[in-house]
Amino acid sequence: MDAESYERRTLTGWGRTAPTTALVGTPRSIDDVRAAIADAGRRGVIARGLGRSYGDPAQNAGGLVLDMTGLDRIHEVDVDSGLVTLDPGVSLDKLMREMLPHGLWVPVLPGTRQVTVGGAIACDIHGKNHHSAGSFGNHVVAMDLLTADGQVRTLTPDGPESELFWATVGGVGLTGVIVRATVRLKKVESAYFYVDSDRTANLDETLELFKNGSDAGYDYSMAWFDAIATGSNFGRAVFSRGSLATVDQLPDKLKSDPLKFDAPQLLTLPDVFPNGLANKLTFGLLGEAWFRKAPKKGRGLIQNLTAFYHPLDMFGEWNRGYGSRGFLQYQFIVPFEAEAQLRAITRRIAESGHVSFLNVLKRMGESSRAPLSFPMPGWTITVDFPIKAGLHEFCEDLDRMVLEAGGRLYLAKDSRTSAETFHRMYPRIDEWRKIRNAVDPEGVFASDQSRRLELT
Amino acid sequence: MIDAVGNPQSLLLLGGTSEIGLAIASAYASRRPLRVILAGRPSSRLDAAAASLKEQGATVSTLPFDALDFASHQEVVDKAFADGDVDVTVVAFGLLGDQEQAWQDHATGVELAQVNYTAPVSVGIALAARLREQGHGKVIALSSVAGERVRRSNFVYGSTKAGFDGFYLGLGEALASSGVQVTVVRPGFVHTKMTAGMKAAPLATTPEKVASIAVAASAAGKDLVWAPSQWRLVMSALRHVPRPIFKKLPI
Repeated sequence: MDAESYERRTLTGWGRTAPTTALVGTPRSIDDVRAAIADAGRRGVIARGLGRSYGDPAQNAGGLVLDMTGLDRIHEVDVDSGLVTLDPGVSLDKLMREMLPHGLWVPVLPGTRQVTVGGAIACDIHGKNHHSAGSFGNHVVAMDLLTADGQVRTLTPDGPESELFWATVGGVGLTGVIVRATVRLKKVESAYFYVDSDRTANLDETLELFKNGSDAGYDYSMAWFDAIATGSNFGRAVFSRGSLATVDQLPDKLKSDPLKFDAPQLLTLPDVFPNGLANKLTFGLLGEAWFRKAPKKGRGLIQNLTAFYHPLDMFGEWNRGYGSRGFLQYQFIVPFEAEAQLRAITRRIAESGHVSFLNVLKRMGESSRAPLSFPMPGWTITVDFPIKAGLHEFCEDLDRMVLEAGGRLYLAKDSRTSAETFHRMYPRIDEWRKIRNAVDPEGVFASDQSRRLELT
Repeated sequence: MIDAVGNPQSLLLLGGTSEIGLAIASAYASRRPLRVILAGRPSSRLDAAAASLKEQGATVSTLPFDALDFASHQEVVDKAFADGDVDVTVVAFGLLGDQEQAWQDHATGVELAQVNYTAPVSVGIALAARLREQGHGKVIALSSVAGERVRRSNFVYGSTKAGFDGFYLGLGEALASSGVQVTVVRPGFVHTKMTAGMKAAPLATTPEKVASIAVAASAAGKDLVWAPSQWRLVMSALRHVPRPIFKKLPI
């Protein structure tokens, strides 16, 4: 790429906080990526996908940012094995739309389909089926990584450079640029979920449903919980679990087209929302409505992807609802043993005066081999907070409680923790650094996040 | 880098002994580990300021900076950026001086103009170049209500702050597309060594209060803030007072 192909742009993550400016280029070929890496000056280069990370991993102040969505072709599909070879800029939405007619399903879906395959690997994303399917990296069979020396290395999970493969999974773009990947998709009969759903009265009931085996045998499970209600309603939730339905399970009217991609979008939010609209009153009412609309005890429900999995995708650009000051998403995980601390943290959130509507509680399965991968066996909670005074101090408190519980934060979400706290949460960071610094000794790959958290 | 809730990792204070500047550094240091560069004339007061910030847990270095040595400003700024990004720069140096002497004594008046206006322009240009390269950063420029409508009682000082204020507001607009954000802070009377012995004016405040207003305004991305906020209304009224009447006001 030549100098004219870069454009100066101010970038943020999905939380719309901490804007910085970089030269952004859109490579159309692997040679373009190689040329960009060679162009990277003192401030380095980082790849960016669809910008759904909440914080700063895909921005690089004063440096180069490669918008990878220009590389978005699906190259090869083997319907029998489910193996798909594709460009890093392919979104999970596109992958899903194009593969469903072949009866193939994206094995790990986060809370939105608007993420790229490159980003999914770089953040080692997880979905509601983490306990049964692990994280995204577990489904990558091979990838081509363009490293700082301009070479393309083909990496596999167990091949000669497997260490670099796993350092790239969850490595937030700091080992190189993924230029191609082969992912194993799952064979399915339908695009609908067979779902059981319960409303719980409080946190005890919610945790009990996770522990009493009510989601055993289901691939997907999660609870949306009320993070505002205190008192006897504290921790009340809509707990749902499901699996992809077989054709036999579908009602007759859906049987004729079981693989139909059924994910409507109602509207895209305009950028007109004032700061402070997200408050205890509005979110309290929304939460109440959300809770009430769920069935008290639903069994054998058939739901489409949007209803079961991506309710927020009904609203495009929903991050605008938080106003210009933006918001942050706080996602942490603590081990199962730390259930008492989990309760204490949840109570601290409900009593904080910082209000969150999107609150997810999930039981996570085995860790990945990747040193910087987030999931581990335990409980994960996700909450969103609008930026306002006192949020820093509150999140510092939460960090302390998470650390004491032996837990950690997620790089795809974090936008504010300190380098020291992060390093204490990820004891394998030195192992990761060694691999990364061997493959990028000059520090060509850099991001605002790598500077903020002193990752490299 | 500055995080989502406005915490910087590093701060450059131009005017390393400025009480408001140090209060701003201290406000940030109380939230997160902070690397501070104090730029000022080497003195025991500068060392004491460094020691006090260190006690609060900050990592502090000092950098010799002479406001009147314009030719050295580029080098001073380069040195400040030598150890990594500078997330927040506070432009806090200035003189108040004896106002009657300032308009009658040539050397005094010129020095006031150079320290309060020429030097901030000189160092501001050097700073702007580094911040553009860096692609991010915040600047907090300490102006004064005295620059909003210049009055007889301190017109030399007021005129320098009027120039300062205009320059940094304009610089903020010029740098906006580079990811850099400038906040001009207009305090009124602040109890500091600069005003020691003077009779406190209405709406008098403290360096800590100004600092807290400045930090909040910078985090919120504001171009301009008054300290305290009532000054905006007061000055808005004074701005529209016709000149013949304004001249007669006891201010």
